[in-house]
Amino acid sequence: MKKSFFTLIFTLLISVASMAQGYKVGDKAADFNLMNTDGKMVSMADYPDSKGFIVIFTCNHCPYSIAYEDRKIALAEKFAPLGYPVIAINPNDSTIVPQDSYSNMVKRTAEKGFPYPYLLDADQTVFQQYGATRTPHVYLLNKESDDLIVRYIGAIDNNYENAKNASEHYVEDAIEALQQGQNPDPDFTKAIGCSIKIKKS
Amino acid sequence: MKSLIKKFLKVAIILLFFSAFADVNAQLSKVQILDFENFEPLLNKSNDTVYVINFWATWCVPCVKELPDFEQLNATYADKNFKMILVSLDFKSALESRVIPFVAEKNIKAEVLLLHAPDANAWINKVNPSWSGAIPATVIYKNDFRLFHEGSYTYQELNTIVKPLINP
Repeated sequence: MKKSFFTLIFTLLISVASMAQGYKVGDKAADFNLMNTDGKMVSMADYPDSKGFIVIFTCNHCPYSIAYEDRKIALAEKFAPLGYPVIAINPNDSTIVPQDSYSNMVKRTAEKGFPYPYLLDADQTVFQQYGATRTPHVYLLNKESDDLIVRYIGAIDNNYENAKNASEHYVEDAIEALQQGQNPDPDFTKAIGCSIKIKKS
Repeated sequence: MKSLIKKFLKVAIILLFFSAFADVNAQLSKVQILDFENFEPLLNKSNDTVYVINFWATWCVPCVKELPDFEQLNATYADKNFKMILVSLDFKSALESRVIPFVAEKNIKAEVLLLHAPDANAWINKVNPSWSGAIPATVIYKNDFRLFHEGSYTYQELNTIVKPLINP
């Protein structure tokens, strides 16, 4: 009895710790299989020729995500042809924020013509595995001997309010470093964002 | 008689117009815009006051949800060694269109300011190294005592932390 109690506590502690941590730079990232706004399932395995991925946790309602929409489009247009496509993932539970529902994702995709997949993390497992805490939250993955390695985590640039005033373009610089065989510096940045809305159990 | 009512209505409308105008102006002066350099000293006072500093935004659902609990705490300790600052992270352009009307509509009594510091990576760690940048987030401190929480608070939780810090 006592032993099983401690095992339970231990398991709980481990699961809480791993939930809170997610990926760090240098970790191997797992693939996912999530529904796109065209009703098709998308995995990173669908892109055998890519050199990596710009995975962005984002959503419809968050003003920070909206402020970065055009910059996400620009990243996709610039880097997909160079082997680093953007994949956007909405991690939010729409019972908490109805604006983040799948049908509203479909609507937003039509309005903005996103040139990248916009996927729904319907059972909210992918963002927890990655360790995303806010929207937008970027994970830059680099393909290294068939593994996808996390090489940068953080913000797109250093001005959420106005792209023109940004003096650091973290994601672009990180990809350029990878193209030259170097590790990005910085490889981790922070940004203000909307907390991810987790379904109440 | 009819003209008297008309006159009365006219005066009432004019009075209403001006009182509404005065109200908005009073609120306008209440929400100051600060950059991080000017905001930072508020995180590091050592004057025996309990500071509760909450980072929020008008469009942030969990932030708006917890605001009444913060207001209740502010009302409880308003005349004590206690200071609450609600730090809005709304865009600067939303000050007059969103933040000020929100503060007026919800009749918020705690001090509200708008932190205009879009280079967030440069200052998030100065608030607390464990903060990922998601809101709501709250700092509670008094002199050397310091506590940080990313996520929501209830009145009960806030009061459990704050009560022992209040001078008798």
